[in-house]
Amino acid sequence: MKAKVLIRPKEGILDPQGKAVERALPALGFEGVHDVRVGRLVELETDDPSKLDDLCEKLLANPLIEDFEVELEQ
Amino acid sequence: MIGVIQFPGSCDERDAVAAVERVGEGRLVWHEETDLSGLDGVVVPGGFSYGDYLRAGAIARFSPAMEAVARFAAEGGPVLGICNGFQVLCEAGLLPGALLPNEGLRFICRQVQLVAEDFTGPFGGSIESGQRLSIPVKHMSGRYFAPDEDLDQLESEGRIAFRYAPGENPNGSVRDIAGVINEAGNVIGLMPHPEHAVDPLTGSDDGLVLFRALAGAQQAATA
Repeated sequence: MKAKVLIRPKEGILDPQGKAVERALPALGFEGVHDVRVGRLVELETDDPSKLDDLCEKLLANPLIEDFEVELEQ
Repeated sequence: MIGVIQFPGSCDERDAVAAVERVGEGRLVWHEETDLSGLDGVVVPGGFSYGDYLRAGAIARFSPAMEAVARFAAEGGPVLGICNGFQVLCEAGLLPGALLPNEGLRFICRQVQLVAEDFTGPFGGSIESGQRLSIPVKHMSGRYFAPDEDLDQLESEGRIAFRYAPGENPNGSVRDIAGVINEAGNVIGLMPHPEHAVDPLTGSDDGLVLFRALAGAQQAATA
């Protein structure tokens, strides 16, 4: 089964990468864009989707600093 | 004998062995080794273990040697994590907190001033509270983070080992934290590189205090 795991910095944690992107946008003529946060998307195929949450907590995300969402593709 | 773990992608392991050899004996420990018997202390050195893919230190924590280091630490063996080694120890749950990309997003390589905190355990006994150390940092992800309630607890338990001196915080670390210790006091990690500060020829030998502490911790453990 195919799955997508979306990992993002936890709310309240400074994301300097998002800030840098946000600051670059006006120079390119994109005004009015705020609160840019940069995360990570992991695509994978698994034989056992029931283990995905455990796998995310142990490796793909660090729960102290990141939130994750798992999306299964039917 | 102090063991210095060598992962694929480590780059400071030889400097760490050279630093250890100023105070005792050292050898490299390949990341596939699982037998740490005969070692009196362990250094998890700096570098880019396993390419630092995903997050710095995230993959190294699953190496056979790190599982052995976790057992070594649980038995009270002294462990010093430097830079990437600090990141690995945090990822492995042997130290609290996490290291995030620097606030300024740049790789930082320069000398910084540290202040030792009042901390206990085998390492604390060898380093005076308030002692200032001049040690270089060189990292991309050195911004120490832990939730406020965890930080309050670390402070109340005397588990902050080093802070950047006022005005010296190079990376946006919370509460200027540069290094922390575990609950038992036998595992310490810091972002600055004491192994690069062991000879006045290269600017400072303030880093030696940590290797003496590691050697002292081993003597205290066997006494």
